[in-house]
Amino acid sequence: MIEIKDLNKSYVMGKNSLHVLKGINLKINEGELVAIMGSSGSGKSTLLNIIGMLDNYDSGAYQLDKVPIKDLDETKAAKYRNKFLGFVFQSFNLINYKTAIENIALPLYYQGIASKERQKIALDYLDKVGLKDWSGHLPSELSGGQKQRVAIARALASKPKVLLADEPTGALDSKTSDEVMELIIQINKEGKTILVVTHEQEVANMCNRIITLKDGVIMTDIKSK
Amino acid sequence: MNSIFDRDTWQEIFGSIGQNKVRTIITVIGVLWGIFLYIVLSGIAKGVDNGFENQFERISSNSMFVWAQYTSIPYAGFKTARGIDLQLNDVESLRKNIPEIQYIAPRIQKGNFGSAAASVVNGKRSGSFAIYGDYPILLKIRSKDIYDGGRFINELDIKESRKVCVIGERTRKELFEDNINPIGEYIKIENIFFRIIGIHKYVDEGGGSFDDDGDIHVPFTSFKRIFNSGERVGFLLIAGFDDVDILKVEEKVKTQLKIIHKIHPDDDQALGSFNLGALFDRILRFARGMSFLSLVIGITTILAGVIGIGNILLISVKERTKEIGIRRAIGASPNHIRKQIILESVFLTIIAGIIGIIIGAFVLYIINIATENLDNVPLKNATVPIKFILGALFLMIGLGTVIGFIPAEKAISIKPIEALREE
Ligand SMILES: Nc1ncnc2c1ncn2[C@@H]1O[C@H](COP(=O)(O)OP(=O)(O)O)[C@@H](O)[C@H]1O
Ligand SMILES: [Mg+2]
Repeated sequence: MIEIKDLNKSYVMGKNSLHVLKGINLKINEGELVAIMGSSGSGKSTLLNIIGMLDNYDSGAYQLDKVPIKDLDETKAAKYRNKFLGFVFQSFNLINYKTAIENIALPLYYQGIASKERQKIALDYLDKVGLKDWSGHLPSELSGGQKQRVAIARALASKPKVLLADEPTGALDSKTSDEVMELIIQINKEGKTILVVTHEQEVANMCNRIITLKDGVIMTDIKSK
Repeated sequence: MNSIFDRDTWQEIFGSIGQNKVRTIITVIGVLWGIFLYIVLSGIAKGVDNGFENQFERISSNSMFVWAQYTSIPYAGFKTARGIDLQLNDVESLRKNIPEIQYIAPRIQKGNFGSAAASVVNGKRSGSFAIYGDYPILLKIRSKDIYDGGRFINELDIKESRKVCVIGERTRKELFEDNINPIGEYIKIENIFFRIIGIHKYVDEGGGSFDDDGDIHVPFTSFKRIFNSGERVGFLLIAGFDDVDILKVEEKVKTQLKIIHKIHPDDDQALGSFNLGALFDRILRFARGMSFLSLVIGITTILAGVIGIGNILLISVKERTKEIGIRRAIGASPNHIRKQIILESVFLTIIAGIIGIIIGAFVLYIINIATENLDNVPLKNATVPIKFILGALFLMIGLGTVIGFIPAEKAISIKPIEALREE
């Protein structure tokens, strides 16, 4: 599903250049649930953002579902993101003036799906994350765990091939973290490829493969199950 | 691609502009004010135009008066300060020499230009009134509102020097009881009985006439007899053909009269004149200037308002950077974002425009009602043609689109990853 070869990425700030990813090689198959671990600043988010086509890389190769991804123009990137990828962020990133169901329906709006159909799909996913009764609520009326579940439902609504989650439990207490991770595992069991960036060992242990980054290099890559 | 008729497109627009309602409303008021000003000002300009047209419709706008005064330059053996009198046969001379003249109506008067008014008596009532000796041709130059079944002086009255008169409305009020119809009644002018044949209403001719409604018109020939005025003429009302320049006619008339009355060609004092054509021209230009001014004011205000909208959207885009990043992450293309922001701009402009037009039209309606029965306000039917309104609306849609591009391009110039990093 994801194939990365000798990928390099530097951030240039004035005269200084920070080499963040130093020759990453990675192959992720369909249906895997992968944790990306590493200390803060090791380049986890950068890698995930490149996989998510939110950021560019300098050299190397990246293929998503056999489509080479390099220097896409924004229109194309938007299309691929919408079609291939679902994002879950640490800070949920829901649109605060939209209700739960409206947030979930938004990717479908950008896909050009008709309004009725969108409502139906969004409600299905809301049900899937156990928040059917909360459809008309604004993010401010939801708990952290509920917000993250709405975010997951939104990420899934466009039926992406890969779900990318950057510290999805980072803002949650451990009980809620477990609930969210269980939801992610369940989604993975239904066949979705999922990448989870985390620095929590318990979260990583729930995945079937753990990749550890250190200073932009993959240190270990362990398949647990 | 989602069409602009999609309910959700509008939901998106309302969602984002509804976030800061106070600011949105203040911005909208900017554009609203512009279109409002444009509608009201150009409506009033049109109303003034109509009003003057209405007032001038009873008189030939291409006309002038000329009268004689005192010379100020010695000439042809005459001393200075010689009093000049126009004569009846000047009319023929002018007609013959100036083909641009369509009508000439000579008039002799008493009780105007410093001469004493005539005393008029009806039974126990009496008063002093201005008396005019007129020819029927006057009606070609100045229409008179004759009512109550009366008529104006006719050729036979002139020929037979009949003792008949047309009185003004105020003259009637002063000499007769309200419930009496004076037509056919007799009044005594300077001790001579005159039969009343008509009553005329006062018509404001925009300062272009010395007539009012406290006067009495008699046949020129009858005037001559009672007041012994001979061939003297008080002044001449002259109308040019529609296509002639009345200012040139005025010059020619004066030149001709100077020759006849042996006035020095450079003597500007000896002849007085008043040119309605020039006045009319000034008023027309004034009305046109007002329309133009309202257009300029309206457009600049609209422009300022629309720029304000662009500015606010720019701020709003900056505030919503994170949100735009989220939208991009979940699949919004640059086009989606651009379209939404431009639609927001156009939508705000149109809403402001429509409300401005409605309020403007309402204010014009109030002005029309308030001035409907005021004769001294030169305003009639203050309206703005629908094509001007549509033009303004399209202009605003165009401006809204163009201005919307600035925040839209700003919004899509931010990379999604940077937008998401924004807090
Ligand atoms: N836009 C950026 N500009 C400059 N430096 C950046 C930028 N984003 C990340 N970095 C730097 O790159 C390194 C890796 O960041 P990141 O991938 O966010 O780490 P992690 O997610 O593992 O904590 C850090 O040192 C960070 O400061
Ligand atoms: Mg990170």
